[in-house]
Amino acid sequence: MTTTAGVNTASATPLPTATTESVRPPAGENRAGWFFVAPFLALYVLFLIGPVLIGLVISFFNTTTVRAGLGDWVGISNYTSVLRNSDFWASIWHSVLFTLLTTPLLIALPLLFAILASRLTRNRWFFRLAFFAPYVVPSSAVCLIFAFMYTPETGLITNAFGWVGLPAPNFLGSEWGAWFAVVLLTLWWTFGFNFILYTAAIQDISEEVYEAASIDGASPWQQIRSITVPLLAPTTGLILLLQVLASLKVFDQIYILLAGGPDQKTRPALQYIFDTGFTSYRGGYAAAATMVYFLLLVAISAGWYLVRRRQQNSVIG
Amino acid sequence: MNSMSRRSFLAASGGLAAAGMLSGCGTPVATNLTGGQPATADVIFWHLFGGGDGENLTKMVQDVEAADRMSVEATLLSWGNPYYTKLALSASSRRPPDVGITHLSRLPLLARAGLLSPVAEEGTEAAGITQDKFTPAAWKRATVNGTAYAVPLDTHPFVLFYNVDLARKAGLLKPGGDDLKPIEGREGFLAALRAMKQAGGRYGAVMSITADPSTTWRWFMTLYSGLAGPILTDQGTRVAIDAGAAEETFAFMQSLTGAERLMPGNATSTTTSTLFGQGNVGFLFEGEWQIPTYRGVTLPNGEPLNFNVVPFPAILGDKAVAYADSHALVIPRSPGRSAERTANSVRFIKGLLDNSSTWAAGGHIPAWLPVQESEEFRKQEPQSNYVQAAFDAVYDPESWYTGAGSDFQTRVGAVITNVLTGATNPRDAVGAMTATLQRFATARPPVQ
Repeated sequence: MTTTAGVNTASATPLPTATTESVRPPAGENRAGWFFVAPFLALYVLFLIGPVLIGLVISFFNTTTVRAGLGDWVGISNYTSVLRNSDFWASIWHSVLFTLLTTPLLIALPLLFAILASRLTRNRWFFRLAFFAPYVVPSSAVCLIFAFMYTPETGLITNAFGWVGLPAPNFLGSEWGAWFAVVLLTLWWTFGFNFILYTAAIQDISEEVYEAASIDGASPWQQIRSITVPLLAPTTGLILLLQVLASLKVFDQIYILLAGGPDQKTRPALQYIFDTGFTSYRGGYAAAATMVYFLLLVAISAGWYLVRRRQQNSVIG
Repeated sequence: MNSMSRRSFLAASGGLAAAGMLSGCGTPVATNLTGGQPATADVIFWHLFGGGDGENLTKMVQDVEAADRMSVEATLLSWGNPYYTKLALSASSRRPPDVGITHLSRLPLLARAGLLSPVAEEGTEAAGITQDKFTPAAWKRATVNGTAYAVPLDTHPFVLFYNVDLARKAGLLKPGGDDLKPIEGREGFLAALRAMKQAGGRYGAVMSITADPSTTWRWFMTLYSGLAGPILTDQGTRVAIDAGAAEETFAFMQSLTGAERLMPGNATSTTTSTLFGQGNVGFLFEGEWQIPTYRGVTLPNGEPLNFNVVPFPAILGDKAVAYADSHALVIPRSPGRSAERTANSVRFIKGLLDNSSTWAAGGHIPAWLPVQESEEFRKQEPQSNYVQAAFDAVYDPESWYTGAGSDFQTRVGAVITNVLTGATNPRDAVGAMTATLQRFATARPPVQ
């Protein structure tokens, strides 16, 4: 998936510094709180914490997906062979490359269109709907439609290149054609999520700031540059993190549209894990690859958190 | 009081839901929970054939259903890795189909992982499905450690297509017929290609090279197997490639696509079918399953394309070999399968074998000798011309990672493609091939 689960947009804007001293709720309320989160906790342990722990254990065994049981203890040899495997590093590079190609576009374009849509005075709902609608289409449907449009000779997008006098790249058969194909698809498909986050944040900016600016004679462009964009910075930071993590988890589009091809030149890290774990039946090895990739993602999140905390501290101090 | 009544309402409706689930024992939901099979038909059958093969198979299944009065639910899954992933995972989680298709090149892992029943244990011998009634090379690859785990349906070799009219112009035909004169050895083969080039113009032969690693792998195996034995031994854990033979093979391949331009070095599958289909090239190196592609094709001058298909002659060695694979029927192990379903499965397999002359329409050689030797098959042209290829068949080296559509073929085929396009010289290609094989051979096998 290229996008993460819904995020409360309120957290995108800086919360007012806590003024109320933290008050302990009475014990009865506390128990009720646990009771209400219990269904979530149960699912979280069952489907997230549990599998992660199982994955950690089997990464030290020669576990296979075609036999029950753990298999033989192999120590850290799964890890050493994962780290030495050039295919693994190539697949990580493909995930990183996809992130580098999509993230700037998926921040700049939603920001631009959210600002444009906010300046409309009528039928705003239509544009919001139009931009968000593709996001709810399932990945398989999106990929089938785009595969149809990318078909050599007959596809719509292939022909569109001809209308403007450009030679169409081989979208499904050449390396850069394939990257173009999958980036364009992803842009159309997941644009709406970031667009909605920006739209919500723009609505939170107080009208009075603009009013004051226009009294001082600021042009619309100056208002956008000096008010809207800076005040959206926290949202941009959030979208950047979500987008980087989501893009590094890319799997669906590349698997369905290209199967990691041509010649595994677009195979992302998750497909490498899927291929070794399920297609080659090497569960233990794939678990080790997953752990390495998991640590990489944790490191990125932690790095982002530290950078942000330092920024906030410098603002306060 | 109010909340009490709400609770009792919830309890009652929960009970109703549970009762509904338990009563529906045969529904897919219930069988998933209890671990049995959904009994939606007498036999559940999984396969991977689309296109012309898919149509032939559908007809065979319908014929068996009508003749044996049973219902068969046939499910088509995506060809290659996705199919094998699903088959293996369904069997290891004990919810497999009753009958499945496999390539014999993919059988070793499935059998060694204990996912398949030895076919004799399911009663195939009692139904008359015995070793002596199959092409020996196919039956041999259906056995693992001396036990048969699959019933071969066909052999599908890599073969030599030729354009009859161009061959006649090139003087390659026996007088008074459509048959090729015998082609002898490396020089004979080169001479035939040169003659075809002179007769046809652009090239002597064509094969799909670009983005088609499986085809380049088949071509390599056809040539190399004439010179040396398997490139991998010990279940794929030891690299046994003969460097001298491999270099000779690569050098020969490159001599065809190189300076003399007897073959194009960058043809895609589309170029290939265009060149051969329009009568511009005399020879085509291709799997027999492409016969339906060229049948009924008309040339630019309005005449039908007149082609024939023969096994490859001995080119680099003394003995003709045919790189091939086989489709076969397997019965995945399933603890919950009733004796009745097992009996139906065996009847279904027997029915498919008896109808395999329909299957042969797709170009495949039936492995079931009663059909292979029957008049009905013998009169199918050109299929009956290359029956010998099934007996000379060489399969993928036996291992857990080789086989049709495998990553192994993609990887090794990419090295061979670089030889054919001229990007790598033969000596370096042997090094690259050995390194690739080493990477697979040293990976820890999922099953021993």
